[in-house]
Amino acid sequence: MDINQIKIKVEGVNFYYGSKQALRDIALDIYKNKVTAIIGPSGCGKSTFIRLFNRMNDLIPGARFEGKILIDGNNIYDPKLDVVDLRRSVGMVFQKPNPFPKSIYENVAYGLSINGIRDKGYIADKVDKSLKDAALYSEVKNRLSDNALALSGGQQQRLCIARALAVEPEVLLMDEPASALDPTATLKIEELIHELKKKYTIIIVTHNMQQAARISDYTAFFMMGELIEYDITSKIFTKPSKKITEDYITGRFG
Amino acid sequence: MYFNYLHLREIVYKWIFNILAFASLLFLFGITIILFKEGLPLFKEVSAVKFIFGTSWYPTHEHPEYGILPLILASLLVTAGALFFCIPLGVGSALYIHELAGFKQRAFLKPLIEILAAIPSIVYGFFGMVVVAPFLQRVLNLPVGLTAFTGSLILGVMATPTVCSIAEDALSFVPKSFREASYAVGANRWQTLTKVVLPAAGSGISTGIILGMSRAVGETMTVLMVTGGAAVIPRSIFEPVRPMTSTIAAEMGEAVMGSIHYHALFAIGLILFLFTLVFNIIAEIISRRFRLKLGLGR
Repeated sequence: MDINQIKIKVEGVNFYYGSKQALRDIALDIYKNKVTAIIGPSGCGKSTFIRLFNRMNDLIPGARFEGKILIDGNNIYDPKLDVVDLRRSVGMVFQKPNPFPKSIYENVAYGLSINGIRDKGYIADKVDKSLKDAALYSEVKNRLSDNALALSGGQQQRLCIARALAVEPEVLLMDEPASALDPTATLKIEELIHELKKKYTIIIVTHNMQQAARISDYTAFFMMGELIEYDITSKIFTKPSKKITEDYITGRFG
Repeated sequence: MYFNYLHLREIVYKWIFNILAFASLLFLFGITIILFKEGLPLFKEVSAVKFIFGTSWYPTHEHPEYGILPLILASLLVTAGALFFCIPLGVGSALYIHELAGFKQRAFLKPLIEILAAIPSIVYGFFGMVVVAPFLQRVLNLPVGLTAFTGSLILGVMATPTVCSIAEDALSFVPKSFREASYAVGANRWQTLTKVVLPAAGSGISTGIILGMSRAVGETMTVLMVTGGAAVIPRSIFEPVRPMTSTIAAEMGEAVMGSIHYHALFAIGLILFLFTLVFNIIAEIISRRFRLKLGLGR
């Protein structure tokens, strides 16, 4: 059995904001049911990169994409592709927890209802299941109709994960999901990521190198829009093949 | 020594601003007291029920009658009509400016709409009297052009900048992260707008509508000029009416000071004041809830 099955193939990607080039000739493979961490100094293009996978960058005026990204062999930048379908199969969790000012239940059910699911029983089951998968259910099961903004920051972030899981994505993008959280809440999210990779392919941006080392199987090091090094996490953190990677992970700059 | 001087200066500044801040309260109390003092004596002569629910307003008749129901209904009718125009105009333009207009359009559209608020109400009155009323009379084939409908139309346009400006602010207070979260689970633009953005901005938008309504119900000069001035209970919106504000404006000059008529006009002012007070309190409650809802109160 091939344990390293390729889920996503990135080929010759360039990305521009207006005339400014943000990503330069990126190519890498992302493996199924693995956690891939994207690290690098601020402004290196790591957030831009992760937002390519659900075409979130489409919303930015003046942005331009070149190259190919294949998920299960299908180019997601094919003009015929439906972005809505793509975003359903590639979920995203953002840097700051961003639950809607609705009830906990409605937050998780949102993705289902906008995708046209009307079956109340199915939605209720799915909400429960997503909250369980996001390790939040036991904390909120008695107050599903409370406003989501009454939850703590860490709970809000797990709610956002539940919201993303409810539409049954295959890939989960996480853009510094723990950067606004305290250490305890961060630990919970990290444990959760460990559980989630059994079902999902996870790409996570982090500025915290210990976090990348703890949770990821593969690590990609970006600098100034270029992919400097990409390898198994243990190798990146113990014997990186490039001097500049070593300088970064040992904290000599960044 | 030096410290004492600074300390003293701080106290003096604090008091100056304190007085300035409370000066407007002084006016509020002054106006309220005068309204009650001059309005309440009416009820020694006319019962409150007869005043509010009476259907005839003949203050200068040999046997005068002081029923203001036609005036209240006229105000409500004209205000409701104005809302009919200013809600789609105001909210629609706010949505366009915020959601669809490009950067360049936005840069001039909003200031231009806000200029509508800078036009003096007498100019609206002129415009309504000279252009809109004859036009409506011809097109709708009415006996007179100065009707509740004409007033509604003009007031609706006048209230539009208030509604648009506050609604647009409310839309821009909706954090970008809500939209992103919605797009990220596969929502399209329309779903994001109707299910996330509008509910989040809803209370802000309603505040705008209520403040626009406040403006419409209190507007005097325009309604005096374009609504025709007939103090009868309107049977249709295409009839001349006489709202509360224009009654006061038209009759105050001829009412003998201290007479029942004079007190009756103040009592109308009192009722009007209560109307706008209620609108403003509702707007305040809603906007407070709005702040809590977006988590800004925490």
